Amino acid sequence: MSTITQSQTQTQTEVPAGTWKADTVHSSVAFEVPYAVATFGGSVDDFDATLADGTLAGSARIESIQLKEENLRAHLLSPEFFDAERHPVVRFSGELARDGDAAKIDGEITIKGITQPAVLEGTIVGPAVDHFGATRVGLKLQTTIDRTRFGMNWNMPLPNGEPALSNDVTLKAELTLVAEEA
Amino acid sequence: MRVLAISGSLRSGSNSTALLRALREEAPEGVEIVLWNGLKAIPPYDEDDDGLDAPASVTALRELVRGVDAVFIATPEYNSSVPGALKNALDWASRPLATNVFRNKPVAVISSSAGAFGGVWAAAELRKVLGAMGARVTDVELSVGHASAVVSDDVRESLRAGLDVLLAEVAPAFAAAV
Repeated sequence: MSTITQSQTQTQTEVPAGTWKADTVHSSVAFEVPYAVATFGGSVDDFDATLADGTLAGSARIESIQLKEENLRAHLLSPEFFDAERHPVVRFSGELARDGDAAKIDGEITIKGITQPAVLEGTIVGPAVDHFGATRVGLKLQTTIDRTRFGMNWNMPLPNGEPALSNDVTLKAELTLVAEEA
Repeated sequence: MRVLAISGSLRSGSNSTALLRALREEAPEGVEIVLWNGLKAIPPYDEDDDGLDAPASVTALRELVRGVDAVFIATPEYNSSVPGALKNALDWASRPLATNVFRNKPVAVISSSAGAFGGVWAAAELRKVLGAMGARVTDVELSVGHASAVVSDDVRESLRAGLDVLLAEVAPAFAAAV
């Protein structure tokens, strides 16, 4: 609690030292993409993330993608999108920078076997000791990628001629990272 | 390695079937081209007839696709699109959609026509259909214009090149060896 108070009263630029692993029960990895007149979204259940000496590395198993409709899920796993049979894991790695509550990670993301630079931006909270005595850091991050740069070119024209699915996909991660005991 | 060859045409003198016979002749050692002749026996798609009691002809097609390493389809073009019989067979094969036998299956599509354009629109639509089914649609592009039952040496060479692309999709090491 005292650490959180400190971060609110002065600008903190040091990133948490040591090794921190995601508490996946209290974390989430999701995506959103404009589709027709609304936003379509989903999440992945099976993922991990580690912050080690300022480097955040994470991966997500695409087979664990959660959608409300099994045929749509199958379409996203197919070669037209993630090609989960050949490329089952999405990966990210990058260097964390902190400016007070603001977090920024310059890194690379690998989807469908294609690696591209990506900058994740968001907020950071903590370190703070939780009610069980563990020390936690919270990261809330997002970035927008052009899916066509990762070989995902599917689309369908609307009656007005516009494509149904946006190329821009927002990736979101809310991570609770727990300090590993020294 | 087994490749199922599907002709979208039923007539005995079909140019599409002739292309697949030539493909079979051009196949390298170790590659078996299985020419399917069950298209005419596939009934019109009716979900009421599907499930555990699916027609035997449909079950046979599904098992055939499930058991091969890849599928090579030659289609004619009817009214700028895929022949109904072929589309109907694929509709049967695509059920249940999430787990259908074409999912992740490497597929090559070629086309032919009596006209100059070689059935390019039928091939494009067929690739779209197969992509929606979850197949691994390869970049093989061969549309034979002014087609006849006699397959030229140039077309045979293109067929062999198309087969190489398909085999590389199945197993890169195997394709490099043949």
